[in-house]
Amino acid sequence: MKPFVKHTGLVAPLDRVNVDTDQMVPKQFCKLLTREGYGKFLFYDWRYQDGDVPDPEFVLNRPRYRGASILLTRANLGCGSSREHAAWAVHDYGFRAVIAPSFADIFYSNCFKNSILPVRLPDAEVEELFRRTDGNQGYRLTVDLEQQAITDEGGLKLRFEVDPARKQRLLQGLDDIGLTLLHEEKISAYEKKHNPQAGMYDASAVDVKFASGKTR
Amino acid sequence: MPARTMYEKIWDAHLVQEQPGPSLIYIDRHLIHEGTSPQAFAGLKAAGRKVRRPDLTFAVMDHSVPTKNRHLPILDQDAAGQFEALARNCRETRVRLFDLHSHNQGIVHIIGPELGITQPGQTIVCGDSHTSTHGAFGTLAFGIGTSDVEHVLATQCLQQFKSKTLLIRVNGRRGKGTTAKDVILAIIGTIGVSGGNGHVIEYAGETIGALSMEGRMTVCNMSIEGGARAGMVAPDEKTFAYLEGRPFVPRGQDFQEAVERWKTWASDPGATYDRVVELRAEAIAPQVTWGTNPGMVTEVTGKVPDPSQFADGVERRGVERALDYMGLTPGTRLMDLPLDRVFIGSCTNSRLEDLRAAARVVAGKKVAKSLKQALVVPGSMQVKAQAEKEGLEKIFLEAGFEWRDAGCSMCIGMNDDILPSGERCASTSNRNFEGRQGKGGRTHLVSPLMAAAAALEGHFVDIREWDVDGSE
Ligand code: SF4
Repeated sequence: MKPFVKHTGLVAPLDRVNVDTDQMVPKQFCKLLTREGYGKFLFYDWRYQDGDVPDPEFVLNRPRYRGASILLTRANLGCGSSREHAAWAVHDYGFRAVIAPSFADIFYSNCFKNSILPVRLPDAEVEELFRRTDGNQGYRLTVDLEQQAITDEGGLKLRFEVDPARKQRLLQGLDDIGLTLLHEEKISAYEKKHNPQAGMYDASAVDVKFASGKTR
Repeated sequence: MPARTMYEKIWDAHLVQEQPGPSLIYIDRHLIHEGTSPQAFAGLKAAGRKVRRPDLTFAVMDHSVPTKNRHLPILDQDAAGQFEALARNCRETRVRLFDLHSHNQGIVHIIGPELGITQPGQTIVCGDSHTSTHGAFGTLAFGIGTSDVEHVLATQCLQQFKSKTLLIRVNGRRGKGTTAKDVILAIIGTIGVSGGNGHVIEYAGETIGALSMEGRMTVCNMSIEGGARAGMVAPDEKTFAYLEGRPFVPRGQDFQEAVERWKTWASDPGATYDRVVELRAEAIAPQVTWGTNPGMVTEVTGKVPDPSQFADGVERRGVERALDYMGLTPGTRLMDLPLDRVFIGSCTNSRLEDLRAAARVVAGKKVAKSLKQALVVPGSMQVKAQAEKEGLEKIFLEAGFEWRDAGCSMCIGMNDDILPSGERCASTSNRNFEGRQGKGGRTHLVSPLMAAAAALEGHFVDIREWDVDGSE
C-alpha cells in the first residue's frame, strides 16, 4: 500500500448527506474482477446522463473542480454496502483525502486500506470549509497526517483526530496481513485452545449437496 | 468477573491478541460470494499466500445469478466471469462452494442459518454488509470489505476495533399485520441511518423474544441500515429448536452439550450498555419508506413529508433531493401512490415464513392489472423446494406472480431482474437507495404482508384492515 503522509490539493464539495456506496459505484460495475480502474465509475449515476453524457450540473463535472484530490462532503459518508469498490473508485479517481462530519464504519475502515485518509471534523468546521470552497475558485487544502492538521492558504488551521495505530500504518503504508502474520504463533496457539471446528458436524458426507448438486 | 454483554463475551472469547489500536480476533466462519471475493483471492495469490482454513470457509453464488433458465449458458459475460473465478478459486483452495446448480444454493445470509453453519457464540464475517443477519443466533456477525476478506482468508483473523454497545429494547405486543420488518423499520426511523454508527446493537425485550427466528433475522439483517455493523439477539429455546437437526449442527449428545454452551452467551443480568433505546410495539404500525434511505420511513397511513418541516438545512436538502428522485409531492398519501412492480425477496424477507405470510394474503386473489410485474424470489433453493411442497408456488402463480430460482435478484439488480427507470416498486428488501434496484427506479420498502397486499391492489393498503393473520 502507498503511504499517506501529507497532501495538498484542490477541494471538491459534494453537498449531500448520507452518500451511500451504491452511489459511489453502482452495482453493474461490481462484477469486474480487478481492484483497478474504478475511477471512471465513481458517482456514475450522478455524473452521467443517459448515454454516458457527463451531466454538467454535477459538481465533479464543473470545470473549476477538475483535478480535485480532496473530497468534502456531509455526514455519514459511505453508508450501506460493504463494497470496497467504493474506496477503490475514490482513490482511482484521484482523491487522496475525504473530509466529512462522520463516516459509515465499513467505508471508513476501507479507506485506510487503500491509502485514503478519511478526516472527521465537527459540523461547524465542515460548514466553514464548504463556505470557503464555494467562495474561492481554486480553493486548496493541505492535509497533514503527521501533524493531524488541515490548513489552507488563508491561515485556517484545523486539528483532527485519528487512531494512532491507523495513523502509523497509513504513514508507513503497512500491509495489514503482513502485520497479522507476525502473530502466527499466537494464532496457532488460539486454534489449539479453541478448536473452531468444535460444534461443526461434518455434513459434507451426508446431507449437503455441494457444487452441481453432487454429494461430496 | 463483572457482568458482560453478549457482545463482550464473544469478543473476549475470540481475542487472539489484544493490542492498542485494532485487536486481533479469531473468525469462526467465513462466508464468501462471487461479488466481493475475486480480488481477495487474486491478492492472496499475488502475495504467495494460502487460505489458512478452507474448512471454515463457505462459498456461494448469489448476487449475480440468474433466477430463471439456469440450464442455459450465462449471457452476461461479467457475471459468467465472476462465477468462473469463484469456482476456480474454490477448487484451487479446497473451499466448499454452493454453485448455481447446488440444491443448497441461495442468498449467503439465508443459507448460513438454514444449513446450521451459523451457531451461537461464533464470529462470522462475509464481504457483505448484511452479514448482521446471523446475529439473530447470538452470533457476532458483520460485513467486511474485500481487503479484509483477503485478510481472513490468509490468517483466519481480523484486526478489529472494539465497538460500543447499544441496547434496543422493544416491549409490548405487536398489533395485527405488524411484522418484524415493521419493527426494524420503525427502529431505524427512530435512531436514523447513522444512529448505530460505531455500535453493535443487541435487540431485547418481549417483542423481540416473541419473534420467530425468521423474524429475528429480519430485524438483525437491517442493523446495518441503522449504521450498526452488527445486531444480535440472545440465543434461547427458539434458537436451539431452529438449529436442531440442521446439517452442520451436532447431533444427539453433542447437540445437548452444544445447547448448554450456547446458553452461556446471553448477556449477564446487570450488564451495562453504552446506550439504550426503548420502543413500544403497540406504537408500531405497518411501515412504508418514502425516501432514498431506510430512515425515511413512516406509517402506511402517513403522507409524503414537507421538506419545510425539517429545521436542519442539510437534512432539508436531503429530503428535497429524495422527493425529487422519488417523484413525490409533499402531502400525498402513501396509499394513493400507483405502483408498477412488486418484489418479494432478498436476505431480509425471503424465508419460508415470509413466503407463507405473503401467500396467505394473495390466496385466491389476483395481482392488479395495473401492475407490470409481481415477483417472488425465494431466498434459497431449499426454501423454494419447501414452498413448492406446501403449495405456495401454485398460490403465487395463480394470482399472477412470477416464481423464480433463489438469489439476490431485484434487491440489487445485478442480474436481469432490474427495476426500470421512473418505475415505482414495493419491495421487501432492505435498501431504497437511489438506483439500488435499477438506475432511476423508485423503491418503497415494506413487509411481505404489505407487499403482497399492494400487489393485489396496485397501491399500498393498510394491511391492518384486512383479515389476515400477521403472526409469523
Ligand atoms: S439480497 Fe440484497 S441485501 Fe441481501 S445479500 Fe443479496 S444483494 Fe445484499
